Amino acid sequence: MRHETGGGRSPAVSRVAVLKGGRSLERQVSLRSGARVEEALWRLGHEVISIDVGSDLVDRLLAERPTVAFIALHGRDGEDGTVQELLEVMGIPYTGSGVSACIRAADKVLAKHAMRDRGIPTPDFYAFNETAFRELGAAAALPAIEERLRFPIVVKPASQGSALGIKFAATPADVPTALVAAFSYDRKVLLERHVSGRDLAVSILDEDGPPRALPIVEAVPHDEDFYDFESRYVIGRTTFVCPAALPETIAERASSLAVAVYELIGCSGFGRVDIMLEAETDELYVLELNAIPGLTETSLLPQAADAAGIGFDELVRRILERA
Amino acid sequence: MRDLMALTERDDVISLAGGLPDTSTFPPDSYASLMRTVAVNSCARALQYGPTEGLVRLKRCVVDVMGAEGMEVDPDEVLVTTGGQQVIDLVCKTLIDPGDVIVAEAPTYPGAVPTFCAYQADVVQVTMDRDGMRVDELEHTLDELERTGRRPKFIYTVPNFHNPAGVTLSLERRRELVRIAHERELLVLEDNPYGLLRYESDPLPTLLSLDGGNFVIYASTFSKILSPGVRLGWTVAPRPVLEKMNIGKQASDLCSSSLSQYFVAAYFEAGLWYEYVQSLIEIYRRRRDVMLDALAEHYPREAEWTHPQGGLFIWATLPDYIDTTDLLARALEERVAFVPGRAAFVDGRGGSSMRLNFSGVGENDIREGIRRIGEVVREQVALYGTLTGARPATVATRAGIPAGEPATGEPRRPEPDSELAKILRLPATRKRAG
Repeated sequence: MRHETGGGRSPAVSRVAVLKGGRSLERQVSLRSGARVEEALWRLGHEVISIDVGSDLVDRLLAERPTVAFIALHGRDGEDGTVQELLEVMGIPYTGSGVSACIRAADKVLAKHAMRDRGIPTPDFYAFNETAFRELGAAAALPAIEERLRFPIVVKPASQGSALGIKFAATPADVPTALVAAFSYDRKVLLERHVSGRDLAVSILDEDGPPRALPIVEAVPHDEDFYDFESRYVIGRTTFVCPAALPETIAERASSLAVAVYELIGCSGFGRVDIMLEAETDELYVLELNAIPGLTETSLLPQAADAAGIGFDELVRRILERA
Repeated sequence: MRDLMALTERDDVISLAGGLPDTSTFPPDSYASLMRTVAVNSCARALQYGPTEGLVRLKRCVVDVMGAEGMEVDPDEVLVTTGGQQVIDLVCKTLIDPGDVIVAEAPTYPGAVPTFCAYQADVVQVTMDRDGMRVDELEHTLDELERTGRRPKFIYTVPNFHNPAGVTLSLERRRELVRIAHERELLVLEDNPYGLLRYESDPLPTLLSLDGGNFVIYASTFSKILSPGVRLGWTVAPRPVLEKMNIGKQASDLCSSSLSQYFVAAYFEAGLWYEYVQSLIEIYRRRRDVMLDALAEHYPREAEWTHPQGGLFIWATLPDYIDTTDLLARALEERVAFVPGRAAFVDGRGGSSMRLNFSGVGENDIREGIRRIGEVVREQVALYGTLTGARPATVATRAGIPAGEPATGEPRRPEPDSELAKILRLPATRKRAG
């Protein structure tokens, strides 16, 4: 039950407000996720209230009085605890993780610190906000950071869920440009050791009992240019394999690691943990956790659910049931 | 980038990203009166299918518009299309097989890129400078292609007030381009949506008029001189090509909207069109000047931009460490948008450039929009300076008195034609950092 202030299971047939769109950079993906969820909810017999989240969100919710909200938002506002907080205030049960888990998951730096403190492997990193560079002379520390992380270095905005703003710096000369780009998306960025290897996504579904890891999806880019991160998420330039062809022991380790991160962050309902399997060492490193992963036709969680014999309507039903 | 571009359409965003003419300048009374004329005189026909090549009445309007640009054509030579965009599509449909070469300018019209890609053309881009496409580079490119046994199906160009570059092909180069087309027997697709929207200097002859209709396929539209909502454009092409395009259009949509054609014909027959275009010229000239002034006031000195003699767009280029696709994300935070330059290339170049539209929003929004973009650009220039220890060039501030400049009290305004070649320089192709 994700309504943190109480409540019970949602009724069999509900007035479900599907929250989608919004103003985040992932608006388009969210609109596609939301539309697909709405269709599933109709098929399941629910009354659907479609809400493109904007400045009238609270008014719409007050007017429509849904019994439950299905949050199909990605990125800022929807995945970072903001909308969840509003729903808490309004006493409307909602799908997915609660406020605090969303805050921890949306901020890669917070999540990585939590993992490191718990001994969960995550690539080494350093994180700074813009003022550290502007006012504290953090640029002078870059050579030391570069020496510790070694090239290539990944530069990421702290709070973007998609590949937007993620840059690879192959040499020291690339770092300032990569930082300027990453700061376009967030006031806080992290520099992270690049883990070269296989790109795995472990989706988690909460059901009665402990959280369950679904079959692992592997993203296999068509070209070998690992610097071109964005292409990894472009249809036609990446093949997604599910279940990933992994030795059983590694698949089990990845699944356990994903569940451990999911529980550490305090998620509920569903989520997706992105993991790198390092080619040289066969070690697993957790990159991040997505509290509201995509639910489109090509998204990884629905693929994983499908591989587990859970069709999309059933997936939506189970997520809604946990609201 | 597609997902980012979708956000530029939000109501709260000042969008300098569109290519929109300002249709709010069209008098509603005229619209109502014209529609009534159509309803009274041509109701059944306006609601019916029409000939694929277009209504004769509309073709006479095309003859008038082309006459205003110094071209004489016969209505029989005209194929009416669903916007100028359909001409690009029909030319590709007629001529392009997967892998065929199209030569285009660098940058090229962003709306042509997905069309070229849809037909799986191999687009080879030729650099521009202040005088438009560099025909010396074009000849070199054609020679190179010939050496590998490849022959372009056509050369695509926007000679007047280029979208997105804002530059105009010089008379000398127009003649050269036509010469090359004749010598090599190559087709040229001349896309001229903005020719009548000239704000300074004398008009130049179109490629079609220089060519005499041998190798030039001419494309234009009512979108910028009347309304993109009517979705009407046209082409004039060598007869064999025109016939193929007619067949292609039949397959695509049978005919363009009869209703729109009757509306536009009624509008032209009422004798309103030329006066309206003159009013647009006045409005857009002012907006262009406002944008140029705002750029001079708010953009850092490291930035450069074109000075278009007409049309709808200015092309600005920032230092190469700024990626305008990423910058757009930051600009959207400030509720302002532009088109990242990469959209005008097929090979990932243009990463530090942006297209700015000055026709679609009012003067206050242009000032405010440029101020906001200028602020985020300056922020990034300063950040880069901090990161590298580089000392960024002094920024022209609102006070307009940068250090070391004469205290004129006026914002620095670049010479319109100074080193425009440099402005349109292409960032070296390099592996992106991400």
